[in-house]
Amino acid sequence: MTVSRRIFAFLTVALLMLFATAPVVTLAQDSGGGLAARPAPIGASGSAKLDEIMRRQNAGDTSARIGSNLPNPDSPASGLLGGTGQAPGQGRLLDPRFGTGTVLASNKGPGTTVLVQNGGVRWLNFRAGPLRFWGGWALIAVLGLLALFLLIRGRVRIKAGRSGIRIPRFAPIERFAHWLLAGSFVLLGITGLISLYGRVGLIPVMGRELFSILAIGSKWVHDFTSWAFMVGLLMVFVMWVARNIPNRADLTWLARGGGIFSKNTHAPARKFNAGQKIVFWGVVILGVSISLSGLSMLFPFQMPLFAKTFGIINDLGLPGLFGADPLNTALAPQEEMQLSQTWHAIVAFAFLCLIFAHIYIGTVGMEGAFEAMGEGDVDLNWAREHHDLWVAELEAERKLPPAGASTPAE
Amino acid sequence: MARATFLVDADRCIECNACVTACKNENEVPWGINRRRVVTINDGAPGERSMSVACMHCADAPCMAVCPADVFYQREDGIVLHSKDLCIGCGYCFYACPFGAPQYPQAGNFGSRGKMDKCTFCAGGPEEDMSEIEFQKYGRNRIAEGKLPLCAEMCSTKALLAGDGDDVSAIYRERVVARGFGGGAWGWNTAYGATEG
Repeated sequence: MTVSRRIFAFLTVALLMLFATAPVVTLAQDSGGGLAARPAPIGASGSAKLDEIMRRQNAGDTSARIGSNLPNPDSPASGLLGGTGQAPGQGRLLDPRFGTGTVLASNKGPGTTVLVQNGGVRWLNFRAGPLRFWGGWALIAVLGLLALFLLIRGRVRIKAGRSGIRIPRFAPIERFAHWLLAGSFVLLGITGLISLYGRVGLIPVMGRELFSILAIGSKWVHDFTSWAFMVGLLMVFVMWVARNIPNRADLTWLARGGGIFSKNTHAPARKFNAGQKIVFWGVVILGVSISLSGLSMLFPFQMPLFAKTFGIINDLGLPGLFGADPLNTALAPQEEMQLSQTWHAIVAFAFLCLIFAHIYIGTVGMEGAFEAMGEGDVDLNWAREHHDLWVAELEAERKLPPAGASTPAE
Repeated sequence: MARATFLVDADRCIECNACVTACKNENEVPWGINRRRVVTINDGAPGERSMSVACMHCADAPCMAVCPADVFYQREDGIVLHSKDLCIGCGYCFYACPFGAPQYPQAGNFGSRGKMDKCTFCAGGPEEDMSEIEFQKYGRNRIAEGKLPLCAEMCSTKALLAGDGDDVSAIYRERVVARGFGGGAWGWNTAYGATEG
C-alpha cells in the first residue's frame, strides 16, 4: 500500500515537473537562434577538420579561435605584448595584469607574478636615447653659456675695493651643512654620470674589466653618499628657510636682473637675494624629489611612488587639460622602478644645471663671494654692494665690528 | 639552424614545478634563487593555466641593451649569457626584462644585490666550457655536453620545450593541429618576435 502511494507521489511530482519545465524549454528553443547560429567548435566534437585548421594556421587567421574559450582577439587586451596579435591566447593570459584573475608564482619576490612587462623596453630606449642625449647637451649648454657670460660680463668686482673690514656671514655649522650637501652632491653627480655614460663613454676607452671596478665603486659611493646628501639637505633647509621666504625686495632685485648684467645697476638685497632664494628653493624642491626617487631605488620595490602620484595627477584632471589620456596607474613593480630611475635622472640633470650656475657665481663669477662659504666672513664693501639691506640690518642691531678691530686685507 | 628557444605551452603545464627543481639541482643554484618559476593564473578555477618562466634568451634582449656595465653577450645560437665578474649588481636588467628572469642574492644593505644570476639555457658562462669555475659561477654547461636544458628535457608533459626554434615551433604546430586548439606559446612573440615575427 505504502509502496504504491510512494510510486504515485513520485509520478505526480515527475509529471508536475514536466509541465513546469515545458514552457521554459520551449522558450529556450525559441530564443535559441543565436546559439544555433554560432559555429560549432571545430575539434570539440572529435571530427577535427585538419584541412580547415591548417588553412587557418597557414593564413594566420585569428578571427576564429579554434575550440577555445578565448576572448575576442580584437579586444584591447590583445596585442599588448608588442607582438603581432598572432599568438593565440595572449589576450586571456594578459587579463591578470588588469586585475581580472588570480596569479600565483612558485617564487616569492617582487614582480614574480608579472607574466610580461613591456615598460622595460620603453625605459631602456629613453635612457639610452633622449636622456643621454638631451641631458648631456643641457650640461654642455649651461657650461657654454656661463663661459660666454664670463667672457662678456667678466668677473663681478668689488667696485669700492676691499675695505679690510670682515663681517661674519655664515656660522661654522652653516658652512658644515653647506659643504656636506655640496660635497655629497659632487660625488653623487660624478658617480651618477659614470653610471649613465660609462657604457658609451668609458668602456670604449678603459675596457669592461676596469670599468666594472669603477662602476661597482660608483654604485657604492652613490648609495652611501646619498645619506650625507639628505642630512645636508635637511640641515640647510632648517637653518635657511626663514631667510629665504620671498618678499617685495626680491621683485626689485629680479627686475634689475640682480645688477649682474650691468656694472651700474644696483639691486637691493637682504641676507639672501632673489637669485640665492631661487637656488635655495630649487635645491630644496629638486633635492626632496631626487631623494624620494633615490630612496625608492635604495629600497627596491618597497617604496613605489608613481602609481600613487599618477593617481593624484589623474584625480586633478591634469592629463585632460592637455588632451592626454589619464596616466597608467596599473604599474608592474618593475615599471615603478623604471619610472623612479627615469625621474631620478631627469631631476639630476636639472639639479646639475642649477648648481653649475651656483658654483659659477660663487667662485669665478664674483669677487669676494666664495669667502662667505669658504671662510665664513666677507668684506664689508662686498656686503654693502650685494646685500645692502642685510648690512643695514646688522648696523641697526649694532652687530658690525668696530672699524679699528679689523685686520687689513692682504 | 635557427636560434635556441624556449617554448612554453600553457595548455600542457600541470604546475608540477619539476623544471624549477631540476634547474636548481642541475646547476646548483645558490640559496634564495630559483632561475625558473611557475606562474599559475586562475588557480583552481575553470581556465586555470600555468607557465614555466625563466630567461627566454630574447632575440633583441633588453637586459643586454640596458646593462650599464655591458656584461651580457649573445652566442651565435641566440643564447644570452653574462659575466658575473663584471656584473655590478645594479638590478637594471631585472627592471628591463619582460619576464622577470634576472635574480640576485641579497648581498648587503639598501637593496644591494650581489651578482645577477639567471637561466643560462644550461650553457654555462664566459669561463672555459665544462670547467669547475664555470660550474660554480654559472652552473652546468649541458649545451657543451651536447644536451638540451634539463628543465625542458625532463618536463613530464612536454609543456616546456627547448631547442632549435624551427624544431620547437614545428612540434608545437603539430601539437596544435592534432589537439585542435592552442592557447598560445606563451611569451614567444615578446622574446623572439622582433626578428622572427
